[in-house]
Amino acid sequence: MTTQELEKNFQDKVDAEVRIEPRDWMPGKYRQTLIRQISQHAHSEIVGMLPEGNWISRAPSLKRKQILIAKVQDEAGHGLYLYSAAETLGITRDEMIEQLHSGKAKYSSIFNYPTITWADMGAIGWLVDGAAIMNQVPLCRTSYGPYSRAMIRVCKEESFHQRQGFESLLVLSNGTPEQRAMVQDAIDRWWWPSIMMFGPHDAESTNTEASMKWKIKRFSNDELRQRFVDMIAEQVKLLDMTLPDPELKWNEARGHYDFGKINWEEFWNVVSGNGPCNKQRLDARRKAWEEGAWVREAAKAHAEKRVLREKQQAA
Amino acid sequence: MNQTIIKYYYGDYGDKEMPSGAGQHSPVANEWPLWEVFIRSKQGLDHKHVGSLHAADARMAIENARDVYTRRQEGVSIWVVESKYIHASNPDDAESFYEPANDKVYRHPTFYDLPDELTHM
Amino acid sequence: MPTTELFLYTLQLADSTLLMGQRHSEWTGHGPVLEQDIAITNIALDYLGQSRNLYQYAASLYNNAPETEKAAMDKYIPRLWKSFQRELQEDDLAFLREEHQFLNVLLTELPRGDWAFTVLKEFFYSAFLMNLYQDLLHSTDNQLAAIGEKSVKEVSYHLRWSSEWVIRLGDGTEESNTRLNNALADIWMFTGELFVPAAYEQIVVQQGVIKDPQLYKEPWQEKVRTIFQQALLDVPTPSWMQHGGKEGRHTEHMGYLLAEMQQLQRTYPNATW
Repeated sequence: MTTQELEKNFQDKVDAEVRIEPRDWMPGKYRQTLIRQISQHAHSEIVGMLPEGNWISRAPSLKRKQILIAKVQDEAGHGLYLYSAAETLGITRDEMIEQLHSGKAKYSSIFNYPTITWADMGAIGWLVDGAAIMNQVPLCRTSYGPYSRAMIRVCKEESFHQRQGFESLLVLSNGTPEQRAMVQDAIDRWWWPSIMMFGPHDAESTNTEASMKWKIKRFSNDELRQRFVDMIAEQVKLLDMTLPDPELKWNEARGHYDFGKINWEEFWNVVSGNGPCNKQRLDARRKAWEEGAWVREAAKAHAEKRVLREKQQAA
Repeated sequence: MNQTIIKYYYGDYGDKEMPSGAGQHSPVANEWPLWEVFIRSKQGLDHKHVGSLHAADARMAIENARDVYTRRQEGVSIWVVESKYIHASNPDDAESFYEPANDKVYRHPTFYDLPDELTHM
Repeated sequence: MPTTELFLYTLQLADSTLLMGQRHSEWTGHGPVLEQDIAITNIALDYLGQSRNLYQYAASLYNNAPETEKAAMDKYIPRLWKSFQRELQEDDLAFLREEHQFLNVLLTELPRGDWAFTVLKEFFYSAFLMNLYQDLLHSTDNQLAAIGEKSVKEVSYHLRWSSEWVIRLGDGTEESNTRLNNALADIWMFTGELFVPAAYEQIVVQQGVIKDPQLYKEPWQEKVRTIFQQALLDVPTPSWMQHGGKEGRHTEHMGYLLAEMQQLQRTYPNATW
């Protein structure tokens, strides 16, 4: 078959909602796009363990400590599922990790913000995981089989992280004045970064990538962002708190909430490395990786010795 | 649907920096081998492929599978096999492999016309 | 039957398992490889679960004790709690007691260390707990028996996991063997305390609730010998052992651990989280 025919076959399958599997023919650019997107998603999960991990040792009750540890562990699991999905495309996990550590591969900027108080744990669950879920649910139907299966697993586990976060804020919001202040402060700091998680406005997107056509992606940034704002603007009332946006207002005609201007200068600065914790996060990842090198090496050496011994015994 | 819209997903910031891709492996010295994991979710069911993971040896692979894939009591039995030992059919053979079964209607129960009075069969 | 000693013994186990969980969870997000990050975190979660069961039991022992017994337990009850005017709860015991009121074995409060230190510490402690829990599930005390029954399954996995890692590192590379030997040199003197009963522990033994921990020394040593042989490690010769944790005398590490762990409960006393 000619490349043209292969491409047509491929697109027909995608259009007919037939999943693409690892050994199927696929355009090089499709493969590249997937590797980039899946690995960056995986990196986000792994780096995302750090801001929350920051409070494990200080969690205020045994129950909250368990919940938080289990949640951060789920993120490790999600990273693992996603790295595995990317590996089916012909890249190794170590290569991807190397790209993260060298700064070549990006991860979600949201994790470059610091977690300053305990209420940040709730705010991350409610707002950050909430925004992530909005992005992730459509990915369960993405055209690449392993990615879609990984995302189904991720979404299953993630769906209750947001509830967990909200519940934790709810408890604080019924607490002491100091706890209530903590909640409002956390919302004030996490609100704008969360809605930036949906990325630049559609109109400003000049890239010509074929992700929609290939059904890697299914909804536009602004569509998802609007849904998120509508959802959170209602939920925040249950906490008896406010969102830090004076322009936030229900628009009867649109049937949506209007909201203020996003500070894209901040967004791009954090993306390109000037966030409050970019260096700290990458340093922590590199440190764990480097300090683990001898462990990985030892386990491998031991496994090889065992194989050798078994062979010698058999001979 | 030929509309192309850039979608900045969770952790996806465009392709200015393209990862090295398919087949261009830099040799990775100490990476543990990749294993495929199969889990029996309850007695009586087949083991089903659930994903993969890295482990230094088979024992570790089983334990890692237990820790990674059964955190929520998803299984009662685990199989692991090193990925390199999986032999797979070639998708290009799909036509010659599977389409000949298309016209063998006699292999399916609905092919046989039986009187409605006949029950429990 | 007096419950003060049982209360203290339950605290000893609760404190030890809490600190195992606290230290192990320092690996979460920082493990040597993703799969093992998840594995050590599972173990941390198991320990935290055990400690919660034990603290809840300890709190109920206190809440249900007659006044004379309460007076005897008073030395181990957080002073801050008394102003709350409510029943004692698990978190009061974990987050408001002072350093000298903690009864954990010293082994469990040592800093996380490297992977060799962590897996060796886990191996020593789970080899001990394995014997303890196996007996505990036959205890005359129903509550401890139930906790033992649930926990023994978890610990049996921890022991398997840590034994394998000790073997891997011992018989891995030169570096891993050296690191494991260094860890052994640091930890060994904290293992003796496991088998020496504190005064209150001896009374619980006399009451027939638990067995004398000295009985666990021999099977523990046997397990250590077996694994060390495969790990190409020498079992250290008998030497001076550290004591004091079970009586509330701790290492310098303990104060920092508690300052960090208890920060929020102390800053906002009696708040709900």
